[in-house]
Amino acid sequence: MSDPSYLLVLIPLLPLVSAVLTGLFGPRFLRGLSHLPTWAAAIGSCLITVLLLNGLLLTNDPSGRPIFGVDIFTWFRVLSRSPLGGPFNVSFSFEADTLSLAMLLAITFVGSWIAIYTAGYMRGEPGYPRYFAVMSLFLFSMTGLVLANNFLVLYAFWEGVGLCSYLLVGFWFHKPAAAAAARKAFLVTRLGDAGLILGIMLLWAKFGHSFDFQSVFTVARQEPSSPYLLPACLLLFCGAIGKSAQFPLHVWLPDAMEGPTPASALIHAATMVTAGVYLLARCTPLFVLVPEAQLVVAVIGGLTALLAALIALTQTDLKRVLAYSTVSQLGFMFLGLGAGLRHEAIAVFAVSAAIFHLFTHAFFKALLFLGAGSVMHAMGHIIDMRRFSGLRRVMPITHFSFACGALALAGLIPFSGFWSKDQILEALELATQHSESYGPIYHGLFAVAVFTAGLTAFYTFRAYFKTFWGETRVPEEALLHHGNGHSDGHDDDSGHGHHHADLHFTHDQAPVSIVPPEGRSFESPPVMTIPLIILAGGSVLVGLVLEATTHWFSGLLAVSMAFQTIQPPYPEHHLNWVLIGLSTASALFGIGVAAYLYLVRPDIPVKLATNLRWAYDLSYHRFRFDELYTALVVRPLEGLAVLSRFFDSVIDGIVNLIGWTPRAFGVLLRPIQNGLVQYYGLFMMVFLTALIAVVVLWGRQ
Amino acid sequence: MNTASFLIVGAALFSLGAIGFLVRRNLILMFLSAELMLQGVALNFVAFSRQHGDLSGQVFVLFIIAVAAAEAALALAMILMLYRRRGTLDVSVWQDLREPGVEMIVDLDEPKLDTTPDVDLPRLPPAGVVPAHREASRV
Repeated sequence: MSDPSYLLVLIPLLPLVSAVLTGLFGPRFLRGLSHLPTWAAAIGSCLITVLLLNGLLLTNDPSGRPIFGVDIFTWFRVLSRSPLGGPFNVSFSFEADTLSLAMLLAITFVGSWIAIYTAGYMRGEPGYPRYFAVMSLFLFSMTGLVLANNFLVLYAFWEGVGLCSYLLVGFWFHKPAAAAAARKAFLVTRLGDAGLILGIMLLWAKFGHSFDFQSVFTVARQEPSSPYLLPACLLLFCGAIGKSAQFPLHVWLPDAMEGPTPASALIHAATMVTAGVYLLARCTPLFVLVPEAQLVVAVIGGLTALLAALIALTQTDLKRVLAYSTVSQLGFMFLGLGAGLRHEAIAVFAVSAAIFHLFTHAFFKALLFLGAGSVMHAMGHIIDMRRFSGLRRVMPITHFSFACGALALAGLIPFSGFWSKDQILEALELATQHSESYGPIYHGLFAVAVFTAGLTAFYTFRAYFKTFWGETRVPEEALLHHGNGHSDGHDDDSGHGHHHADLHFTHDQAPVSIVPPEGRSFESPPVMTIPLIILAGGSVLVGLVLEATTHWFSGLLAVSMAFQTIQPPYPEHHLNWVLIGLSTASALFGIGVAAYLYLVRPDIPVKLATNLRWAYDLSYHRFRFDELYTALVVRPLEGLAVLSRFFDSVIDGIVNLIGWTPRAFGVLLRPIQNGLVQYYGLFMMVFLTALIAVVVLWGRQ
Repeated sequence: MNTASFLIVGAALFSLGAIGFLVRRNLILMFLSAELMLQGVALNFVAFSRQHGDLSGQVFVLFIIAVAAAEAALALAMILMLYRRRGTLDVSVWQDLREPGVEMIVDLDEPKLDTTPDVDLPRLPPAGVVPAHREASRV
């Protein structure tokens, strides 16, 4: 078998070619067929990934850690010897180990189905080719990100996905809320990115003057007590906080729901937001050396998980509930990543758990978003849960697949979310046993995780019951839009997740919705429902097939280059019945409470909201983080801007004054030039006479 | 005759020419005034030439006269062109080279002088015609 490494290049290249093709020819020639290049590229990349994964597993690598690498070109070369470091090369090269390929599998597989779904969801949209061009570009950046084998290439693609996220959140850029959300997403993640690039520079400067993952890790391994390790790890984590929407930079993700729903599914649920998790997993060799950094990761993760779950409890916008659940689940992943501590073998287990949760989460969260998109599509772009209910009768396929996703998110056995969440809980439990000084903190985090799991089940099923159960009602817009596509959709600001759109209504007042005509179906077209069914199958089976019964996934990750520095054997995942009982009980309790409150006694939530007004408001207004940041960051900066503007006007005034002086002088002299010959003659004679007089009189003296 | 009197005549010619150039608006008259200034200068040349007994002053004057003749041909041709463009010899219609923003200078409307006297003065009859009132008195 010839070396299949060159196939690696194709994985990002196919989407890039598709992006260029669609961008150049989409608006003119492809038009309604603009989805075809993206479909081909995404499915092609997916097939190549499967091929490579197969090839990698068949390789007999002596080190036991198979890897495909391809050096594409030398990005740049520094020849001179500077005080900081000697001559060095940065090569633009890709490497795929099992971790990269597992990520690629999730990205390209879920991405392919989302691409297919999008063709139905976005049909008739004015920016149809633009959407697919950017989506291809995103797939290019994301696959490049996980294939990068040095920090600089990773950073380049890291910014690439940020750009695509900006473009897709602001897809309906004529909507002020969407434009503002895009700007916010870009700027807030940029805060994290600044930390990331600083971390990369610190690693370069202090650990061997190299950007390559492996050489940096090797050098760091040799100086485990270096004082620069902790700040470097924290700076890298800073990048992850921004990208993966962790506290305190989580505020951008819920607003990013202004973008088209498939983009939310792909970027803000399944792939891009998990880049931070991937980065930390990739840097496991650094993080195992500094337990303090892991502790920070775990605490931030736990805090975010809890906070986001609390906010999700009261949101009325279906997409926003899902967005906060994404933030919360990402928090879970960071909890897992931070549970390694000094026992490195446990770190491998914990990181594997986090990546596995990432993997299953990609399936069921993409599914949930696509289900929400299907609801939105049918409801005339209304996503406020107070305006529809009982949709299970009119949208059976969407209902069924959404239920699968919700059960997976709630973590009910045997759905995929259960297995991955169980692993994270187990990693946390191992951490409590093996960390001497931080034990109590991890005990607390464990409790937070279990509590959050219950909350997750509750808010997921609250959304599910409110949407799909109860009396069948739909908003008026559903009848208007349904059937004639949505060529004119999206222009109204009333729909989907408008920033604070729900504040038009008071909490008690029932918004307008009507009972649909008998026998009317609102189900989406097959191009949308088939991806839903496939992803639903994935959500149910991935956990069971890939991990629970076969341990295939953890076996795959165990041979990743990310754990190169850590000697096996690694702890195996085993069924811990106490844990299973605990997590199942919390999930069932959450679901049960949701069912009781929203199916049996729908009057209780209203009473609760009235009686616990302050708590309800706090959660409903997202703990007022946006207001806090506005007061603490935005306002002072605006003040500074006003001050700078004033200062600038002073400087400008001085410069303009200098410019105005000759002009003002010119205004005085200008009337002389009046075009009359006599005046010119007169002035000539007068001054000539004066000159001659001076010369003559001077000569006389 | 001493040189001073020639110089005085020359200076007078030059001054008259200069004043004429500045105060007249008729293009031809302005041109003639310029010629007058030239002649004043020429007179200066010949006067000094005579005083110093040096012929180069007179040669200079011959040149001046030749150049003035050529200049006259050119200047009159140009004046003709200008007249054809605007239909007038008044130089004040040509103000196009003034600075932007400067108002064009226009003539004030001169007040019409009322020349008819208040009292009934006797008027001279036109020559060779029998006065009308006599005809009337004869009837």
